[in-house]
Amino acid sequence: MLLRAEGLRHAFGPIRALDDISFTLAAGRTLAVFGPNGAGKTTLLRVLAGLIRPQAGSARVEGGPRAIGWIGHQSHLYGHLTVRENLAFWAELYHVPPAGRRSRVTEVLERVGLADRADQPVRVLSRGLTQRAAIGRAIVHDPRVLLLDEPFTGLDLAAAAQFRHLLAELGASGRAAVLATHNVEEGAELASDLAFQVRGRFVWSGPRSGTTAEIAAAYRRAVAGG
Amino acid sequence: MGEALRDAWTIARKDLRLEFRSRTAILSALVFTVLVLLVLNFGRDPTAVAARDLAPGILWVTFTFAAMLALNRAFQLELENQALDGLLLAPVSATSLYWGKLIANLAFVAVVEAVGLPVFVLLFNVPVAHALLPLLGVIALATVGFVAVGTLFSAMVIRTRFAELMLPVLLLPFLIPPLIGAVQATARLLAARPVSEVSGVLRLLAAYDIVFVLLATLLFPHTVRE
Repeated sequence: MLLRAEGLRHAFGPIRALDDISFTLAAGRTLAVFGPNGAGKTTLLRVLAGLIRPQAGSARVEGGPRAIGWIGHQSHLYGHLTVRENLAFWAELYHVPPAGRRSRVTEVLERVGLADRADQPVRVLSRGLTQRAAIGRAIVHDPRVLLLDEPFTGLDLAAAAQFRHLLAELGASGRAAVLATHNVEEGAELASDLAFQVRGRFVWSGPRSGTTAEIAAAYRRAVAGG
Repeated sequence: MGEALRDAWTIARKDLRLEFRSRTAILSALVFTVLVLLVLNFGRDPTAVAARDLAPGILWVTFTFAAMLALNRAFQLELENQALDGLLLAPVSATSLYWGKLIANLAFVAVVEAVGLPVFVLLFNVPVAHALLPLLGVIALATVGFVAVGTLFSAMVIRTRFAELMLPVLLLPFLIPPLIGAVQATARLLAARPVSEVSGVLRLLAAYDIVFVLLATLLFPHTVRE
């Protein structure tokens, strides 16, 4: 298993963000976690990434921090550096070998459609282009597990389609991903496994089956009854 | 150890490149330094107190508050797009992060001091040629001490409100020992006293540096994580 979470619990004061969450994720699988705002999806991803130590339970990613790629609400990019410099910095920090670092950065820039913007400072990019650069940052070290928190935010239709294609490619090459979103339509088609998270709990989880409309209906019922 | 130092250098290089691009903090610190020295020089009554008696205190007050600008900016630039989370996600030890910030802050403060010292000599007309090397030694030792402590406190306050106000309030009490030592040593050197008279202070400053660099390195991991 590339990712294993067991009995995760975490609360912020009286608010339970994670309530006994357990799951495993094998190579090539994508778990989509759907939940309304405040359900604890971001907390789950932050615990899986090691940014928050859970109050109970444990989470383990095979390969440790080096194996994780993160795309969240914030880009983690430096506005005064160019896109290329940002990617090169993160590649170096993730110990991408110096010999192949430059070509890896160029390859990722092309993959996220930013080759022609590579030498522009991030601060002049639009929200959508910044999100593409953030995707580049997340994959520049070729992670085995992707943690994606509302990754489609700010992407236009073409960029969202390109990103879905990229995620499908990564899944096919044996990467695992956990995708947290409140939008069933954008997440369901990528997922091999689904979980509905309400008030910190997985009220339902299992392999994906049915159409996107059926999944959306099941999700609405789960939220209403959760 | 080699990898930790390489990571620290990667982070320091990035910080220095960011500062070189934006130039906001370094220009503010330089203008602040020159203005403070000008105001204190023209504001004093030369018939009441000799410049040589006032100069050591003025030099160190100026350097200390100019350094605050550097220390404040050290982690503020990681708040842009929550880059700090990116650093905490990366396979980089907290020690590397601390040392990277320490190196960048030392370089920043060194630039301010390199500009401030000649301006100080010019305005206060104090002879330093006879004691330049020991004076540079005092400046270097005192700077390492207060930047080491300041980098730690800068990380502690960064997620608090009013971080810029909190930093001097928390930091200044810890700077009293090196500042007293630095002022005393500078006064003796400017008064053309033999270097042997300041060797005790130099040892004290070196001991302060060793203790607080080690202590800050040990405590830093507990300050940056949630």
